[in-house]
Amino acid sequence: MATYYQPEAECASREEMKALQDERLVAQVKHVWENVPYYRAKMEEKGVTPDDIKGTGDLHKLPFLTKDDLRDAYPYGLMGKPMSDCVRIQSTSGTTGKRVVAFYTQHDIDLWEDCCARAITAVGGTKEDVCHVSYGYGLFTGGAGLHGGSHKVGCLTLPMSSGNTDRQLQFMEDLGSTIICCTPSYAEYLAESIEERGLKDKIKLKAGIFGAEAWSENMRRDIENKLGLKAYDIYGLTEISGPGVAFECEAQSGMHINEDHFIAEIIDPDTGEVLPEGTKGELVFSCITKEAFPLLRYRTKDICILSREKCSCGRTLIKMTKPMGRSDDMLIVKGVNVFPSQIEQVLIEQGYPANYQIIVDRVNHSDTLEVMVEMTPENFSDNLGKITEMEKALVADLKAMLGIYAKVKLVAPKTIARSEGKAVRIIDKRKI
Amino acid sequence: MINQISLFLENRKGQLAEITHLLADNGIDMRAISIAETADYGILRILVDDTDRAAEILRENGNILTLTPVTIVGVPDEPAALSKLLALIADGGVDIVYMYSLFAGANGKAYMVFRVADKDKLAEVLRANGIAKVTKEELGLR
Repeated sequence: MATYYQPEAECASREEMKALQDERLVAQVKHVWENVPYYRAKMEEKGVTPDDIKGTGDLHKLPFLTKDDLRDAYPYGLMGKPMSDCVRIQSTSGTTGKRVVAFYTQHDIDLWEDCCARAITAVGGTKEDVCHVSYGYGLFTGGAGLHGGSHKVGCLTLPMSSGNTDRQLQFMEDLGSTIICCTPSYAEYLAESIEERGLKDKIKLKAGIFGAEAWSENMRRDIENKLGLKAYDIYGLTEISGPGVAFECEAQSGMHINEDHFIAEIIDPDTGEVLPEGTKGELVFSCITKEAFPLLRYRTKDICILSREKCSCGRTLIKMTKPMGRSDDMLIVKGVNVFPSQIEQVLIEQGYPANYQIIVDRVNHSDTLEVMVEMTPENFSDNLGKITEMEKALVADLKAMLGIYAKVKLVAPKTIARSEGKAVRIIDKRKI
Repeated sequence: MINQISLFLENRKGQLAEITHLLADNGIDMRAISIAETADYGILRILVDDTDRAAEILRENGNILTLTPVTIVGVPDEPAALSKLLALIADGGVDIVYMYSLFAGANGKAYMVFRVADKDKLAEVLRANGIAKVTKEELGLR
């Protein structure tokens, strides 16, 4: 039998949900208009005032926000509450080296944790469970979100964070973890370690909540077989709150969006036009309850499909498919957002040609990033030490820009294919 | 002055063969070859009979190279000969960046190719010790 954390929202009728969204959206637009000059200016530019927004039917009149806006307004420009009312910051990597910084009031933290609590409850979590959180803790939202959700459900929460596999397995065995939250690639890694050590019989995991990375149905089956659990997807982004914006239920067929907090739209990424449900397009979110970082019509660049088909779990929340791709060229490597433009900037700064290739692979369930760079006559020298120094400087600058290690491979000039049209900048060898 | 060709080598199967093939096709004779490498790339250092032409051909074929002045010294083919020479260079305060040997000539001498931090200083050291630098003609270089 399905259980719900907040059935009044999760199982509301369409009419009830729409009425709630209408009311919340109207109030939120007013809040933003009065408190976020950056967005007010965008509305004025479009000739829209809060009076024009009478409900969700008017949502399309509002201007979009993109990651560029977050960069322009960094760090305080999109805050809807004074700093003194905020209790938390979370962050993610952004374009051009600037991070995305999101602010939270206690109210915002509560609603975010509620969303994660819904996700944990949807996979069968109760206060009897031992919830093993192996997402990274810190600025990354993964650890904090599921940790808070686990508390709300009343699970015994193990704040493991990522890494130290020996300790993860020991706690899992000794404390009888029943639910695990981590990235799918780490789940694969844990599964292999458990297999190698013959621990499978000693592991009591029944459910896993895996997100922050792309993964496939094949990976789901593989993880389920190896760990003897049911594997569920979870979706979120720091800009909107973090994990739990959408979550999978026992039906394992798409993720329910917590639409009492986040209104989802699908748009044509080229024209910005709203597309009907069931059409593939770019996912856009409007936060209608968040106070401190109340983004409206934020373009996620994730491509997916929304569906209101009745779900067997009893929830009426709209469902989204797994992201099927990006409308920009962002890569997610080790859970970190990587834009080719960031790599290009570093190369140009160091006097390398902008003709490069990014090779992403997955080795032993961990993503690898390699940047192929062409040597230039100016950068070449007869001194091997000098070239090695330059290579090290490039690796260091890339790490500073991206937040993760990228291997640099210097290649002979003209070896990177120059195609007629769009250059093939990215080779993603990951078989997900 | 003798110039060595220093060429960027990508770590790729067959790259060396491509270069030697290119030189062979153009009738260029190699006098010495040395490779410095890391795991991912390297530097090919060669002395050829016609440096300028070889450099032009290699560049035309998309290679990155520089011409590096080197000093070549003949060393008698006998025990401790190199050791003595190196001691003189060290005593003269000259830093050797790298060195390699040339194919031995028919005259019973081995040749050492030196890349040093200060080639004029090395010339002085050699002169002071009565050691002649090897000339282009001696090696058949143009």
